This record gives sequence, C-alpha cells and structure tokens, in this order.
Amino acid sequence: MTELIIASVMTMMTAATPLIFAATGELVCEKSGVLNLGVEGMMLIGAVFGFAAVSITGQPLIGVVAGITAGALASLIFGVLTLSLLSNQVATGLALTIFGTGLSALFGLEYVGKTIEQIEPIHIPLLTDLPIIGRILFGHDPLVYFAIVILLITAWFLGRSRWGMVLRAVGDSDQSAHAIGYRVILIRYAAVAFGGAMAGLGGAYLSLAYTPLWAENMTAGRGWIALALVVFASWRPGRVLFGAVLFGGITILQLNAQAAGLGIPASYMSMLPYIATIVVLVLISRDSTRIRLNAPACLGRSFRAER
Amino acid sequence: MRNLLRRTALALASALMLASGAASADKLKVGFIYIGPPGDFGWTYAHDQGRLQIEKELGDRVETTYVENVPEGPDAERAIAKLAETGHELIFTTSFGYMEPTLKVAKRFPNVKFEHATGYQRADNVATYNAKFYEGRYVQGVIAGKMSKTNTVGYIASFPIPEVIMGINSFLLGAHSVNPNIKVKIVWAYTWFDPPKEADAAKVLMDQGADIITQHTDSTAALQAAAERGVMAFGQASDMIKFAPKTQLTSIIDEWGPYYVERTKEVLDGTWKSTDTWHGMSDGLVVMAPYTNMPADVAALAAKTAEDIRTGKLHPFTGPIYNQDGELVLEAGKTADDGMLAGMMYYIKGIDDKVPN
Amino acid sequence: MFRLEARAASSASAAWLSPLLALTLTAITGAIIFLAMGKAPGLALYLYFVEPLTSWSGLSEVMVKAGPLILIGTGLSLGFRAGVWNIGAEGQFIAGALLGSAPAIYFYQSANPLILPLMVMLGILGGMVWAAIPALLKTRFNANEILVSLMLVYVAELLLIHLVQGAWRNPQGWGFPGTRMFPDAALLPMLFSGYRVHLGTLIALAIPFIVWFVLKRTSFGFHIRVFGSAPLAARHAGIGQQRMIWTTLLIGGGLAGLAGVMEATSTIGQLVPKISPGYGFTAIIVAFLGRLHPVGVLLAGITIAVTYIGGEGAQISAGLPKAVTGLFQGIILFYLLAFDLLTRYRITRVATPAGAS
Repeated sequence: MTELIIASVMTMMTAATPLIFAATGELVCEKSGVLNLGVEGMMLIGAVFGFAAVSITGQPLIGVVAGITAGALASLIFGVLTLSLLSNQVATGLALTIFGTGLSALFGLEYVGKTIEQIEPIHIPLLTDLPIIGRILFGHDPLVYFAIVILLITAWFLGRSRWGMVLRAVGDSDQSAHAIGYRVILIRYAAVAFGGAMAGLGGAYLSLAYTPLWAENMTAGRGWIALALVVFASWRPGRVLFGAVLFGGITILQLNAQAAGLGIPASYMSMLPYIATIVVLVLISRDSTRIRLNAPACLGRSFRAER
Repeated sequence: MRNLLRRTALALASALMLASGAASADKLKVGFIYIGPPGDFGWTYAHDQGRLQIEKELGDRVETTYVENVPEGPDAERAIAKLAETGHELIFTTSFGYMEPTLKVAKRFPNVKFEHATGYQRADNVATYNAKFYEGRYVQGVIAGKMSKTNTVGYIASFPIPEVIMGINSFLLGAHSVNPNIKVKIVWAYTWFDPPKEADAAKVLMDQGADIITQHTDSTAALQAAAERGVMAFGQASDMIKFAPKTQLTSIIDEWGPYYVERTKEVLDGTWKSTDTWHGMSDGLVVMAPYTNMPADVAALAAKTAEDIRTGKLHPFTGPIYNQDGELVLEAGKTADDGMLAGMMYYIKGIDDKVPN
Repeated sequence: MFRLEARAASSASAAWLSPLLALTLTAITGAIIFLAMGKAPGLALYLYFVEPLTSWSGLSEVMVKAGPLILIGTGLSLGFRAGVWNIGAEGQFIAGALLGSAPAIYFYQSANPLILPLMVMLGILGGMVWAAIPALLKTRFNANEILVSLMLVYVAELLLIHLVQGAWRNPQGWGFPGTRMFPDAALLPMLFSGYRVHLGTLIALAIPFIVWFVLKRTSFGFHIRVFGSAPLAARHAGIGQQRMIWTTLLIGGGLAGLAGVMEATSTIGQLVPKISPGYGFTAIIVAFLGRLHPVGVLLAGITIAVTYIGGEGAQISAGLPKAVTGLFQGIILFYLLAFDLLTRYRITRVATPAGAS
C-alpha cells in the first residue's frame, strides 16, 4: 500500500508540473494587469518547438530552451497587439490560442510518429534510495525541481523585491505608477514575455518528459486549467503549487480508482477537475475582500498614458 | 512578378479543370477518409500503409487520395461526399463513427462503392470490413501469462464496445491457458488517442502492481511510459519496436494491404459486391510483430500459438467459457461464432470489475 | 512623431475597412506560407476562399456550416458588446442538443408533428440553463464568467459521452456509443433534395436581422449598446449590471442551444459522442470578425464557413493539411484586432517641441 501511495504522489507531481509552469507565468502576467487567455496556444507552441529542437539536435537542454523561447515569442504577438496597439485583451488572447493550436499542428506534422530521448529522472546516490521519502523528494526529473524553484523565485520576486513591488503597482494602479515615472508598458511587456516563456516551458515538459512524442492538441485543456489555477490561488504563488497538485492529481486519482476496480463511473470522475475548479472559483470569489486585496485592479484594461 | 502572375494563372486554370472534373488520366481513383493523421503510428498509419500497398501493386491503373483528421459527424459526410463528387469510385471510411455519414452519401451516389471499417450496416454499394484482432490478443495473453511475475497485467481500454471487450476476454483466455493465476486491471481511457492520458493510465497501472502493459488505444505513449520504468508492454496496430526497443514484447499489426488491393482489383474487374468481411490471421489481415525481449521458449510458444490460430487448429474462444456471473456461455468443445463475438458486452469469468454502464 | 488621438465616435468607414484589410492581409500572409510549403499560392488561396462558392453543392455546404456559427456568433456578440465574456458557448450548444434531443430518444417511434417544435423549445431551454450557471455565479458570487463557462464546456462534453454510451445508447447498436437515429418527425426538413440545406439554416440566416431590429429599435437594444460603450453612464441611467449579465448570457446560451438541437435534428440525425467541431469557439472569431454587429456576424459566419469547406477541398485537391485552416482563423483575428485600433484612434502627427525630451 505504501508503494502505491508513493508511486501515486510521484505521478501526481509530474502531472502537476506543466500546470505549475503555466500558472506561475500567467500569475506574473496578470499581476502586472494583463489577462492573457492564450496560455493553451503558447503551451502547444512550446511543446512542438521543444520537441522539434530535441528531434533535430538530440539535446534535451536545447529543447527546453527552444520551448521557452518559442512561448515567449508567441506571447509577444499578444503583447504588441494589446500593449502597443491597445487591442482587447480577451479577444487577442483567444486569437493566440486558436493561432497557436493551428501553428503547432501545422509545424508538428512532420514530427508525428517520431520519438526522442526522454528526460530521465535524477538519481542521487544515498538520498534517492531513502525509504519512502527518497523517491518522492529526490527521484523526479530535473524539470519538476525547476518548476518548484521558479515558483519560489516568483514568490520572492513578487513579495520581497523592489521590482516585484513595482510590477504589482503597475497592475493595481497603472496611472499612478506611470505618474511616478515607471514605464508601465515596458514592465507589462516583460511580464507578458515571462508568462509566455513559462507557458512554453510547461508545454515543452509535456512533449519532452511526460510523453516523449508530439501529437496535435496534446495539452488537452491544461492551459485553461492553468488559467483557472491562477484565480484559484488568489494570485498567490504558494497556492499555485497546492492547486496544481490537486488538479493534476484528480486525473490520476480517477484512473487509480478505475484500476482498483472501484465502481465509480469513469465519466463522472473525469468531470471532477472541472467541477472542482468551478466550486473553488465560487468559494474564493465570494470573498470579495480577499479578491480585492489580491486581484490586480487593472486586470484586463488597456493602458494609455494620460499625460 | 510576371512569373508569379503566370504561375497563378496556370494554377487557376488547372484548378478550374479540376473543378470541372476533367480527368487527368483514366486511372481509377480510390479515396480514403482517416480519423487521425497517417503519422500516428497507430490505427491510421496502418490504413495508410494499406493505401500505399494499393499504389505499389496497382499504381499504373489506380491513383489514391486521402483526407486526414476528419472528425466523425456531419463534417465526415461532407468530406466523403467531396471524394464522391470528385470522381473517386471506391472510398474507404476508416472509423466506426463514419457509419451513418457513409450510408447517407452512398444513397446519393449509387455508382460509388464504399468500404466502411468496423461497421455493422451495409447497403448495395456499402461493404463492411474488420479484422479479428482478438486472435492477436490471445497470443499476447499467452506471452503475458508466461512473462508476468506479479501476475497482474495492466490493460488500457478505450471504449466499452464489443470490439474492446472481446479483446480483453481473448487476452485473458490466452493468459489463463498458461497461467490460471493471472489477473487483469482495466482502465477506461474513453479516447482512442490522447498520449498524455494514455501515459497516465500506464503509470497508474504500474503503480498498482502491473508488470506488463497492453493497450487498445492508439498512441505509443503507454508503451514509452512503461519503457521508462523498464516494464514490458505490447504495441498496438503497428510494430512500435523503435519506441521501446528493450521492452516491447510484440505488437498486433493491422495488415490492411491485401484486403485493400483485393477490393480495388474487384472494382477494376467489375466484380465488386457488398460483403461483410471479418478476416484474421488465416487471411493475413492480422500479423504479429517479431517476438522480442523474451526467452526463446516463450517466443516459440507464442509463434506456435499464432500458427495454430492461423491454420485454424486453435480458436481463442473455445468452450467451456463462463461469463462473470458463472453462467456457461459456450459449451465445451464448441467455438464461438462471429455473431456471439460481435455482440459481446460481458466479461468472462476471472475479471472482477464490471463492464462500465 | 506620431500620436494616438482618441476619436470622438468610432469611425464607421474604419469599421468596414478593418475586416476587409484583415482578410486581404491574411490572404497575402497565406500566400507566403503556401510558398514556404512548396504549394502554388494562387491555387491554394482559390481553393480556400473561392472554390466553395462556385457550385451549388459547395454553397449548400457553406450555408449548412455557417448556420450554427451565425446563430452562436450573434448571441455572443450581444454579450461581448456588454462586456460579458461567454466563452462557454460550446457547452451551451451541447446542453441544448442534449435537452432538445430527449423527446426523440424517449419517443423514438413518434410521428407526432408537435415533437419537433417541442424539441426546439427544449433545446433553447437547455442552452439557457447551461448559461444561467455562469450568470448566477457571477452575479451572486462574483465568479469570473470566462472560467466558469469554459469549465462547463468540459462538463457538458463528458455528460454527452456518458449519456450516449450509457442510458441513451441504442440497444440495437452492438454496444457502440450513440443513440438511435431520430424518427422522421423529429428531423428538420431539408429544403432542396440532394442538398443538405435545411430549415435550421433559414432560421439561422433570419436571426441576425431580428437581433438587428432589436438592437436598433427596442429600448433593450439601446441598453445593450450603451452598456458596452459607457458602463458608468449606463448605470446612472438605471440599467442594472446584473440584469445585463443575465439577459446577455441567457440569450447567448439560448441561441447556442438552438444551434445545438438544430444540428442534432438535421445533419447528424442522432446524438453521438462528438456533435460539434468547435462551433462554440469558432463563433467567437465570427463575432469579432463581424465587429459584433448582427449583419457583420452573418457575413463573417459565411466567410469562416467558406474557409472550413475550402480547407477540406484543399486537402483533397492540393494535399494541404487541415491545420492550415486553424492557422488562417487565428491570423485573420490577429490582423483584425490590430486594425481595430484605427476605429477607435486616429493617428496624428505632432511636432516635437524644441527642448522637450
């Protein structure tokens, strides 16, 4: 039984990792006041370009870099449209998702059916071999640890650093930040690019480590769950980890219940993550004080300097 | 610039010619509707290999077209009709969900011949065909029975339809024939193709103690997830050995080529008739990939089992067979007929789960 | 040096110009992509944008495909104008199809002429109920309607699969997922024999004009227009935000549900695990391409439908992959959003004062 629990926790962690990347990136983006709904598209772009890079060069590291870069570049299309051309953020984000899905499918055509070297889990002598906690703490592939590191850095950045504070100010009150002298548009560009980079990395994780292959639409809605996660976490990085494990985990739990022969209808269990998201959304949204304290006040609004 | 204009004009002209149906040659046009991409290395890949076989053997008299990623439903009807409108005389629709659309289009184009894979409704110009994949599953079961140390096999199933359920039953019958203690853990993925989900299913099954994984879904993800942990697994629809060189035991290969070539020839000769074909190993429609990563005696046993099925000496569903409730569904010595298998919605004895719904 | 100056009123000419510019630039970008892929750009563009309109069957298919897009797009455009972001139209489409099909499934031998109107009513109701959930959660608990409506899409899809595989499955269907075919009395009549254009298509073409009338001539329509452009003023004038959220979501849901039940009672004729190729999401593009104006949505729906049909034709005639269609749609929207700027702002030249930074 302990074996099963350990193994399930391991699997839940890997399932959570792409969500952690994408949600952390979107969190920073939204904290600066920009709502980017194109996460699904950016994840797919990161997945296909990361896979292609490893397929061509054979180097997983280059694949990771490619995924990050591709995601960031895709997000900049969104950035230019919404920040410099002042287009509607919701519509532009949706366009990015549709565009990203189509572009990744097209570009990925020649990579369907190919395979690459999977990114292997690490093995630290002594530590990984510790009973029970050994594999849970020290037996994942490197990107899982990287995700947690990114999360911690983001938490520190937003909460304790000067530029993090500036970013939050830009998201809460862009006109005031501008009046003080901060370059609102530039800061938002950086936040958008970070969001894109992380979404791309989340997607690349899927095609490089989770299942070393490329298939159209392989993110299967994870980008949208990441968006929900940010709200679920009340825009606080620490909660993102909890939420990601929860949502990544529900799918695993559902499959486990089936394999164990518990007679719960599979389709009902498959609905759970989505219903859970709605329930959570309701629970946290009704506490409007908490929302006000954490939600960036300028979220979704275009910024035009009033001189 | 002028060159571009000229090329565009030429292109437009040829497009107009296409639209007006002017034939480029007198070749017979054969069309294919695919549910996925030929590169999926699974179900659609196998069909495409069959298509390529037609071109190889009859290329001087036949040309082929395919439309990929056609969703089941109203879009399918349009795609099939488009093939019929553009001069294709033989059209293969390669997924169950194309059944109603195929029948509808067949009514509108009585001179076009349709072949619907895995369906159960025919018409004067609609034939159905399927392969006895369950024969391959039996062989897989025999191998699993010999190779499993934990006596637990993980089965990633797609949808609770007779096709899949008879596969599970056949697998178990094969396993029990060499190892009565084998148990099967089943997970329903409710998809034919979703790599991350298939990988998840494989991981979960392995977490729960399965040391052999088999699947009725189409991607290589489960095989690869198993390979990552060094767990043996079976490939599906095509030989997936290059995705798991050290852990693939064998794979059921869908060999549509011979059937496709035969039917195309019949259209060329004018002898095509609507039939229902359910062929297996004996007709070469189901072939096993080389037996790898197992001891020589197991490989020999597997090969012999397959050969016995091929020659008709052995039928996977030979009585006595009991269902889950303990009732005798097939008497001793009798073999199941096609009808019993085609409607099989129950598990045989030895499976503890219930069939969903 | 250039400066953006807000216009006092949206430029009407730019409102027409931006979609045209967007389409033109998309065509040019498309030509470049095709060249890069080694395909003749002129032929490809012709196949995508023109060829579907050159034959009666092509036109019929375009209209059939455009119908749901126009219906849903019109409903969404009302909400978008009011700042209510219904992203879950896909789920409302399915919910409408589910509730609307119930009579046909339970009274599958009925010949009662009243069954079809009943189904249509239930379809609208089903879509409204599904949209009421995000409406309720937003007005009562301030939950973001984008995420709620989106999550409900997945729930609706899973519910559909669950029903057509379980309680509503055709008992004579050999266990395959899918309901019985609907009785003739429960099917929308076709308009011309040999073509798939049906009564629902006509309704879909009429709805934008009805909505246009409502927008221009009724106080409700006035409220929507004001609410979108000047929410504070609207609130002062006593237009409740809550009422606006409820009405726009219910209308959007109702129209999506109508599209769903009409699709089930026409081109599909039953319920199957997948009844929408993404109409609910494509309709969002249609709404924006149509500048959120009902007649614009009508034209945009037809345009997007043309690219779908053209995309299929391009697969058959020129070997172009299906993914290009999705790419095109994204590019159209990008260009459109970029030019959106011109309708709201004017670019003026400003002399830089000497000595200023």
